[in-house]
Amino acid sequence: MARFIERHPAWALIAIVAIAVLLWLVFAIWPPGLEQAIGRKRVFLNAVFNGITLGGLYFLVASGFTLIFGLMRNVNLAHGSLYLFGGYIGYAISTWTGSWLLSFIVAFIGVALVGVILQIVVFRRMEGQDLRQTMVTIGLSIVFADLMLWVFGGDFYQIQTPAWLIGPIQLPLVTAIKSSGEPVYLGYPLVRLVIFAASVVIGIAMWLALNRTRVGMIVRAGVDDRDILAATGVRIQLVFVLVFALGAGLAGIAGVVGGTFQSLSPGEDTRFLLASLVVVIVGGMGSIPGAALGAIIIGLAEQLGSVYIPTYAIVVTFLIMVLVLALRPQGLLARR
Amino acid sequence: MSLMQGTQLRSTPPTSAARRAFIRAWPEFENPVAWFVALILVIMPLIANGFFLIEIFGTTLILGTIALSLMFLAGYGGMVSLMQLTIAGFSAYMVAVFGVSANTNISLGWPWWLATPMALALATAFGTLGGALAVRTEGIYTIMITLAIGAAFYYFTNQNWAIFGGHTGINTVATPHIWGIDWRNDVAFYYVALGVAAICYFAVQYVSRAPFGLALQGVRDNPRRMAALGFNVNAHRVAAYAFASFIAALGGVLQVWNYRQISPGSVSVNACIDILIIAVVGGITRPVGPYIGAFVFVILRTFALDLLVKFGLDGNRFRLLIGLGFLAIVFWSSDGMIGLWERWRRRNTTASPRTRRGGHG
Repeated sequence: MARFIERHPAWALIAIVAIAVLLWLVFAIWPPGLEQAIGRKRVFLNAVFNGITLGGLYFLVASGFTLIFGLMRNVNLAHGSLYLFGGYIGYAISTWTGSWLLSFIVAFIGVALVGVILQIVVFRRMEGQDLRQTMVTIGLSIVFADLMLWVFGGDFYQIQTPAWLIGPIQLPLVTAIKSSGEPVYLGYPLVRLVIFAASVVIGIAMWLALNRTRVGMIVRAGVDDRDILAATGVRIQLVFVLVFALGAGLAGIAGVVGGTFQSLSPGEDTRFLLASLVVVIVGGMGSIPGAALGAIIIGLAEQLGSVYIPTYAIVVTFLIMVLVLALRPQGLLARR
Repeated sequence: MSLMQGTQLRSTPPTSAARRAFIRAWPEFENPVAWFVALILVIMPLIANGFFLIEIFGTTLILGTIALSLMFLAGYGGMVSLMQLTIAGFSAYMVAVFGVSANTNISLGWPWWLATPMALALATAFGTLGGALAVRTEGIYTIMITLAIGAAFYYFTNQNWAIFGGHTGINTVATPHIWGIDWRNDVAFYYVALGVAAICYFAVQYVSRAPFGLALQGVRDNPRRMAALGFNVNAHRVAAYAFASFIAALGGVLQVWNYRQISPGSVSVNACIDILIIAVVGGITRPVGPYIGAFVFVILRTFALDLLVKFGLDGNRFRLLIGLGFLAIVFWSSDGMIGLWERWRRRNTTASPRTRRGGHG
C-alpha cells in the first residue's frame, strides 16, 4: 500500500478522494440541494448496498475462474454453465429437503465432481494447448446449456430463502430526517448481508489457504512456473485436479447464492460468464485480491449505473474494462 | 507480389516462370473442382427453388463471409476474435438506423447508397477500435476480451431503446431498388450474396499473399522476431482487425437485407459462438474453410429437427448436436473438415505410390 502511494501519488490521491467522497455520501445526512440534484439518499444507499452484495456474488464466481486460469492457463468458458448447474442442484436439493444450507454443500460437491471429471477426462489430454482447451470449454458450455435446458426447461426458478433470513434489518445509517426531527434508518434484506459476509469469509479463507498453507504454496509456485514445480517432484496433476475442483465448486456455491438473490434460467450462464470475464480482466487475471477488487467495482458500477443511467448501465461496466485495458492491460492487481 | 505478377503477364507473353508464380498465387485456377463448384454456384438459381436458394445457400454465403473474417484473423493473425458477429450486427443495426425502416422514430431514412457505406465505415471503425483494445493483451486473452465486447454489445442493444430499439429491434428494414430490380428478390439477392462472398474470398486470398499478409503471418508465428526485424507488430494486428471488420460488416449488411429486421437475438453470445464453430468446423487454415463450415452448419440447423425426430429423439436438441460435433472436431482434427479431407487424400496418395515418397528421405 505504502509502496503504491510512493510510486503513483496521483492515482493514490484520486483513489483516496473517491473513497472519501463515497464514505461521505454513505454516512452524511444529505443536504437538500444534493437530494434535488441526484435523488433520494435511500435510493443511492440501496444501490450501493446492492452493488456491494452483487460484488460478493461476482467474487464467488470470478474467484474460481481466476484460480483455474492462474494455475492451468485454462480460460474456462464453461464456468457460467458450472454456475448455473450449481444453482439447479441447489434448487433441487432445497425443494426436496427444505434445507438451504444443505443445498450449498451438495452444490459444491456436485459441481466440484463435474470439475474433477472435466480435468481428468478432457483437459489433461491437451495440456499446454491453451487455444484448444478454450475451444473445448466453448463446446462444453453449449452442450451443458442444452442438457440443462432439456432437464429443467426454460422456466425461472428461485431458491427459497430460509425463514430465519427473511425480512429486512435496520442498519445504523440515516437516510433522511423526518420533519419531527426523528431520523429514518435504512432497512436492508438480511439474507443479502449474510451472503455478502459469507463471501468475504470465503475470500479471506482462500487468501489464507493460498498464502499460509503448504498446498497454497504449491499452487502459488505452480502459477509462477509449473514446469519447474513438476520437476521438483510435486504431483502437479493432483494439484490441477484439486484446484479445478475448488474453482468449479465455488461456481456451484455461487449458483445457489445467485438462485436465492435473483433467479435461475437459461441465459444466466452467459450473464455470469460475462461478469467473471470482466471482473478478472479489470482485477487482473489469476489474482484473487484482483478478483475481489474487480467484483466490487463491477458490482457497484452495474447497480449505480442501472439506477442513475438505466439505458447505458452496461456501457459503464464496459467503459471501466476499456479504461483498465488502456491504462493497465494486465489488470489492476496483477503482477507481471 | 501478385500485383507484380499481374503486370508482368500483361506486358510480355506468359513465360513459364510467371505462369508458375500466377498459379501459386491463385491455386483455384488450376483446380478443376474449384471451377466445378464455381459453375454450380453460378447456375444455382436454375437448380434450386426459392427456399434452398435463400435459406440454405444465401445464408451459407452470409454466415461464411462473417466466419471468413474470423478465419482471416485466426488463421493468418493467430487472433481468435469472438466479436466478428458483433461487428456484423453493428453494421446491420447501422443500416437499419441510417436507412429506412418501420421504426420511423429511430431510422433516419437515408437512401441505401448513403446508409450502406456509412454503416460499413462505422462498423469497420467499431471493429478496429475493438481490435486495438484486444491487441493490448496477447493470445488467449483476446478471446476473453472480444467475448466481453460481444456480450456487452448484446446486453446494450437489449437495454437501449433510443438507438437500437430495445429487445424488439428494428423491423421492416428497406432493401435497395435500383434499375427497376428489387434486390431482395430471391435470385437477385442470391447473386448479390454470391458476388460479395466471392470478392471477400479472393480479397482474403490476395491479402494473405501480399506483403502485408506475409508480415501478418510472421507476426503470428514469432512476434518478437518480427519486432526485432523492424515491423510494427501491433500496427499489423490492428490493420488485420480493420480488414476483417470490413468483411464482417459486409456480411452484416447482407444479413439485414436478407431478414429485413435486426434484433438483439441476432447478436447474442450464442450467435457469436456459432461463428467460431463455423470457422473451426470448416477449418481456419484456408479461406474456403468457413464456407464449408457454414454449409454444414446451415444444413444441420435446417434439417436437424427432422433428422432427430426420424431417429426417435427429441427434435429440439439441435444445439446439443452442434456442440457435440464441434467438440469432436476440436478433439480429433484441429484444422477442421479441410484437415480431415487433406488427411484422407494424403493417406490415399501414400497408400498407392509408396516408392515416390520413399526416395525423398
